Amino acid sequence: MKIEETSETIISEFDNFDDWMDKYNYLIELGKSLPMIDEKYKVESNLIQGCQSRVWLHAEFDGQRVHFTADSDAVITKGIANLLIRVYSGHTPQEILDASTEFIKEIGLTEHLSPTRSNGLLSMIKQIKMYALAYKTKQAIDQ
Amino acid sequence: MIEKQMQVIDPMVIRRDFPILSQKVNNRPLVYFDNAATTQKPQVVIDAIADYYSGYNSNVHRGVHALSMKATLGFEGARETIRRFINARYTHEVIYTRGTTESINLVASSWGRKNIRKGDEVLITELEHHSNIVPWQLLCEEKEAKLRVVPILEDGSLDMDAFRRLLTDRTKLFCVTHVSNSLGTITPLKELVSLAHQNNTLVLVDGAQAMSHIRIDVQDLDCDFYAFSAHKVYGPMGIGGLYGKEAILDAMPPYQGGGEMIKTVTYDKTEYNELPFKFEAGTPNAGGAIAFGAALDYISGIGISAIAAYESELCAYATKRLMEKSSIRIIGNSPGKTSVVSFLIDRIHPYDAGTILDQLGIAVRTGNHCTQPLMDRYGIHGTIRASMAFYNTKDEIDALIAGINKVEELFL
Repeated sequence: MKIEETSETIISEFDNFDDWMDKYNYLIELGKSLPMIDEKYKVESNLIQGCQSRVWLHAEFDGQRVHFTADSDAVITKGIANLLIRVYSGHTPQEILDASTEFIKEIGLTEHLSPTRSNGLLSMIKQIKMYALAYKTKQAIDQ
Repeated sequence: MIEKQMQVIDPMVIRRDFPILSQKVNNRPLVYFDNAATTQKPQVVIDAIADYYSGYNSNVHRGVHALSMKATLGFEGARETIRRFINARYTHEVIYTRGTTESINLVASSWGRKNIRKGDEVLITELEHHSNIVPWQLLCEEKEAKLRVVPILEDGSLDMDAFRRLLTDRTKLFCVTHVSNSLGTITPLKELVSLAHQNNTLVLVDGAQAMSHIRIDVQDLDCDFYAFSAHKVYGPMGIGGLYGKEAILDAMPPYQGGGEMIKTVTYDKTEYNELPFKFEAGTPNAGGAIAFGAALDYISGIGISAIAAYESELCAYATKRLMEKSSIRIIGNSPGKTSVVSFLIDRIHPYDAGTILDQLGIAVRTGNHCTQPLMDRYGIHGTIRASMAFYNTKDEIDALIAGINKVEELFL
């Protein structure tokens, strides 16, 4: 599925909920279902700066696509990480770099998160894009 | 100050004085349990600010005109109200600042730079807020002095044996909080000050968390500096104060240069103004100071003893209700405590709990409360903190417990 398509799916999933308690319930379910990151990647260097709950993001590049795994010690944060992974993981660096981040606004996440959590979310997206840029550069050098 | 016969607090009557409390948040009645971060403002304080700006706003100590004189009278009158509230000997021992943080930085910058030398030690405690750590760290780095830390015991009270050991002939200053913002621990100030003074060590007290909960008598405590913030005592943000003993303040160099703090200025030499103006460069927050005075008058009208008695009842009730749940671990249960309960819910991250509680209209603080070293001491990243004031009720504590049950239902 293209990044835009996944984003649209997520937006319609969130549209189904009447209030924010239901949305949180959904994020909590997502948080509980996120495949845990391999323990060896839960290291300081994979910690996202700007989050008050700890979030680890690990990226792997298979030569064509970037694959992300993540974990957090807070479930809601983990749910948010899960959403981002659904959208961005398994795509080429160029696709990730080109993708808009509008869906975050569309589902109303940023307004409903505390500033610290909201910053954490933005830091996660930034980190995902940084990885994409790094792998794109690597691709260019390797070719 | 002689207090009138002690009143009994009726929170439902008190709540009528605080317009903000009657609102709904996320469609639920607001339960405001973040009073250690900042307290809400009674109507008299809001009115004092509105009256100032709509009636007599003008620069203090300058104009010969009527408005300026009225503003100056209000501004200096509030200083006297503060003096009475903390029982300082002289009004000029009360210096207006932006708040506790600035007061501490003033002492670090002015007294510290003059008096701390290479090899000296500044002693703090494990309970301190970052505001009472970082200014001393900066000073010690600059002066090649050493910052030492008094540890706490598991219950959150100070390790007094360690304190006695750490007081040495190199200890020039001891900086200690009166009440811990994270745990609510009340430190045994009188004893600490007396031991420090026997050692020729001056004492600075971070009073931010104490002023709204317990009677403060700086002469009885005999501390050398006492720092405080209006917004923690039902007053406005951006104003606070520093109490200092006259002789010590007199011997200190100015903190910032500018208007108000000078007597005469020539390009060769500036003669500084006398206390307290020497430390009050620039146009002050006059409206804020006047409203601070209104807040203290309001508190005095109710009586700090009545407030303390009611809050201690609230704290005991909250502690009891939380302890009924085996999943709750309370951090900090020292014998002397203000109405702050810091806790963890088993297997649930404080941020997750705080986010859901907010959805239920309950405002708590989660995180490290600007006391990272203290959290490290307990081997945790943060807590959920419910800090109560005299307008809170037992029903609200019940709502918190119901909220925690809901959180557990969602996450476990």
